[in-house]
Amino acid sequence: MWWSKKKQEYPDFWNTYAELFTKKLEYNLSNTTFTVLDTETTGFNFSDDRVLSIGALKLFKNAIAIDSVFDVYVEQDIYKKESIKVHGILKHTKRKLISEQEALIKFLAYVGDNIIIAHHAKFDITMINRALCRNNLPELKNKVLDTSTLYKKTLLRSNLLNQQDAYSLDELAEKYNISMKDRHTALGDAYITAVAFLKILTKLKEKRAISLKWLLKHAI
Amino acid sequence: MKNIISERVADFLKNFPPFNMIPKKELQNLAEQVTIVYHEKNSIVFAKDQTPHANFYIIHKGAVALKKIVDDETMDICDEGDIFGLRPLIANENYQLEARAYEESILYGIPIDFFKPYARNNQRISNFLLESFASNTRNPYSKENKGKLLGSLSIEDKANLELSDLQPIRYSKKLIACDPDMPAKEVAILMSKNNVGSILVVENELPIGIITDKDFRNHIVSGRFPITTPASNVMSSPVVTYSKNMTITQAQMAMMKSSISHICLTQDGTVNTKAVGILSKHDVMVSLGNNPAVLVKAIKRSKKYKHIKNIRKSVIQLLQGYLDNNIPLGLTAKIISELNDACIKKTIELSLLKMETPPPVKFAWLAIGSQGRSEQLLHTDQDNAIIFDDVSDAELPTVTNYFLKLAKHVTKGLNTIGYEYCPAEMMASNPKWCLSLQEWKNLTSHWIINPGADEVLMSSIFFDYTVSYGDKDIVNELTEHIFFNTKKYPIFYVHLAHGALQNPSPTGFFRQFLVEQDGENKDFFDIKRRALMPLADAARVLTLYHSIKAISNTWERYEKLAELEPPNAELYLSCSYAMKALLKFRTRQGLLHHDSGRYIALDQLTKEEKMKLKRTFKTIKEIQELISNRFKVANLLG
Repeated sequence: MWWSKKKQEYPDFWNTYAELFTKKLEYNLSNTTFTVLDTETTGFNFSDDRVLSIGALKLFKNAIAIDSVFDVYVEQDIYKKESIKVHGILKHTKRKLISEQEALIKFLAYVGDNIIIAHHAKFDITMINRALCRNNLPELKNKVLDTSTLYKKTLLRSNLLNQQDAYSLDELAEKYNISMKDRHTALGDAYITAVAFLKILTKLKEKRAISLKWLLKHAI
Repeated sequence: MKNIISERVADFLKNFPPFNMIPKKELQNLAEQVTIVYHEKNSIVFAKDQTPHANFYIIHKGAVALKKIVDDETMDICDEGDIFGLRPLIANENYQLEARAYEESILYGIPIDFFKPYARNNQRISNFLLESFASNTRNPYSKENKGKLLGSLSIEDKANLELSDLQPIRYSKKLIACDPDMPAKEVAILMSKNNVGSILVVENELPIGIITDKDFRNHIVSGRFPITTPASNVMSSPVVTYSKNMTITQAQMAMMKSSISHICLTQDGTVNTKAVGILSKHDVMVSLGNNPAVLVKAIKRSKKYKHIKNIRKSVIQLLQGYLDNNIPLGLTAKIISELNDACIKKTIELSLLKMETPPPVKFAWLAIGSQGRSEQLLHTDQDNAIIFDDVSDAELPTVTNYFLKLAKHVTKGLNTIGYEYCPAEMMASNPKWCLSLQEWKNLTSHWIINPGADEVLMSSIFFDYTVSYGDKDIVNELTEHIFFNTKKYPIFYVHLAHGALQNPSPTGFFRQFLVEQDGENKDFFDIKRRALMPLADAARVLTLYHSIKAISNTWERYEKLAELEPPNAELYLSCSYAMKALLKFRTRQGLLHHDSGRYIALDQLTKEEKMKLKRTFKTIKEIQELISNRFKVANLLG
C-alpha cells in the first residue's frame, strides 16, 4: 500500500511512549500529574546547540516527591568552550554523563503522557525535539503549559500600563519570593518553575474558575 | 539520589530541631525522601478526625493555624521552621486538630516510617518531639527565640493575645539597686547609665525604699537637700511590696490604691524577703499588650521587615478587639491607619538604609487608592507611587534610577510584611509611577485634558493620594496643579462623574442582591465593587469639584461636603454613615474568613445583616443620581 511504505519502524521505547497517547486525556485538574522541566543547553541556536542536562520533577496534587525527580547530564560530541564555562556543568562535575540517546530514552519513560510545564516552554521543547530528530524519532506528543504566558494572565490589562512581552524566570522568582540560589541548574530551575506555577494558579483562581481545558487553551 | 532539591531541603532542615540533632549525612538521606507540598491560603492540610498522613510537616514558608473545631479556637499558629502533625508519629490515632494554611505555605512532608528510627534511637530527638507534641506542637525552642526578636515586648507570645486581666505580670528582672548611704548624685548617674526611672534602696539585701525621678524633683531640685545627700534622705519609704506572682489587674489596683507608679516585688511579698524586681506603670501598660502606643513603639524599634510582620499580626488582633467592642469605625480606622502608616514609614526607613547613598533630592512616598483614603483595614494590595523634586534633564535618568531602586526595596519589604503586590503594577517600582514633580504634572494634565476611559480610571486611583513618607511641599505643589487644571477643563468632571457611575448597582430590578456570575466568587456579593467603590468614586468627583484639599478619606469627604452644601447635607451625611457601615461590614467579614472580605456569601448572613446592607443601597442610588444630574452625564452618553 502507498502509505505503509512511509510508515517508519521506531524502537520499542518510542512505541511504548506513543502508546500512552492513544487513550483520551482526562480533563481533571486536581487529578492530573504534571512534569515540570527545564533544560540547560550549550546555547540558543536550535541547529548548532545541544542539550547539556535535563531536570524535571512530577507535580501531583500540589506536591513534589523529591525521590522521584529526574536529573540527567548529557555527553557532548561538540564542545563549545564558551558556553560550557557559563554553565560550569562539565568543568567540575562528578555527575555521570550519559549519551544523548540514553537521556532521551530515560526522559520519554519519565515524562510518559504527563502534561509538561516549562518556562518559555517553546525553547526547551524545541531543543528536545531537535535531539529526538537527530536520533530519527518524531517530536514529543505531550501537551504543554508555559508559565511565562500564564503569569501574564495574572496581571491586569490596561491600555495605559505597558505589559512586558516576556517575563523571565528571575522576575517570577523575585515577584513570588522564591529563592534563586539554584538558578541555572536544570533541576533548580524546574523547581522554581513548579512553585511559580502553583502560585500563578492560586492567583488565577481568585479571578475566575480554572479548569485544565482553560489552562491548555491559554497557556501556550 | 542526591540532587539539588534534596540538598536545598537538607540545608533548610539542619537549622531546626529536631533535624539539627541528626548527622549531616543521614539528614541528606532523609531529605531525599521528603515531599514538598504547596498550600494556598485557607486550604486544609489535614482535618480533625482524618486518618493520619504518612508524613509529619515542617513549615518551609508561610504559616499554618492549628484549630480545635468545637469552638473554632485557634490553638497555635506555626511559623517557618515549626513542626506539626506529629500525632501519627506518637500515637496511632486520627488527628485531633485541624491544620489550615494561615498564609500561602510551602511545607516539607517528612515520611514518618523513615523518621521513626531516629526518634527511637536518639533520646534527645524523642524528648523534643514529645515536648513539641505536648505543647500543641509549638516548637518550644523557637518560642523563646521569638520573644527575643522583639526584645522585652514579645508581642507574639500567646499570653498577650487574650485579654490579659488575669495574666501574671511580667517585670524586669534586671534589678537596679543602691545602698542607703550612696550620694544622690551617684544614684542619679547610676540610673541614667541603666536607663531606668526608678531604683531600689536595699540594706542587707532587703528593700527599704525606692527612689524615682519624682523623688529627685521633690527633694533635690527643689533645694531641700544638696546633691551629695545620702540616698536615704531622698527615697520614699517604706516600700510597697507584693508577691511576684500577682496578676496584671492586681498590680493595677495596687498602684491605684497607694497612688504610686512603682511597686517592689519580693520573694514572698513582704519587706522581709529579698527583692526580685520592680514593676512600673509602664510595665503594666506593656503587659496589657495590644495597645496602639505600645505597638507604635515596637514598630519604631524594628530592625527588620520580618519584625514588622509580627507586629502587624497584633494590629489585626487590635482591630478584631475594636470591632468586637463596637468602637466607632471612624476612630477604629484612624488608629489602624496610623499603625499601618507607621509600618510603611518604618519599611521605607529600613529600605533607605539599604541604599548606598542618601536620596539625591527631596521626595515623597505616596499611598494611593484605598490606602490613600485610610480605608484599608485589612491586608490588601499595595498601591503606591514616588514623586521627587525636579532635576535637570541630564541628571534625570540617574535620579530616576535611584528612586526606582529604592522603590524596589520598599515594595519588596511591604510584600514581606503582608501587602500583596498590585496586580496592575501600580507601584512605585514601576517606572510609570516613579516620576519627578514636572513629570507628574505633565501626566496628570494629560489625564485631565484628554479624559478617555483609561485616563479617568487612572485619575480615580491616583487622585486619592496621601503622603506616607517624605516631603509634603512637593506634593502640595502637585495638588495645586491638579486643582488649577480641573478648574480650567471642567469637562473632566463630567468624565470622572461618568466613571463614577460605571460600577454596577448593588441590587437588581426586583431589589434582590446582584451576585457575581463567574469565577471562584460566583454567587457571592462583591461589596467592594458594588457598594464601596460607588461611594468613594462619587465623593472624589464632588471633592475635586469643590477643590477640597487634604481630605482623602471618603466619609470625611462627605462630612465636609455636608458643610459646604447645606441643602444636600442629609444625603451626604447618610453617605458618610453608609460608607462606614459598609467598611465595617467588609472588615468583619474579612476577619471572619481570614481574607480581604470583599466577597460576601449572602446565604451566611442573618436577615438583619441583609436589611442593614440594603438600607445603604438606597443611599448609593441617591448619590449616583445627584452626580448624574449635576454633571449632566447623560449628555456624554447621548
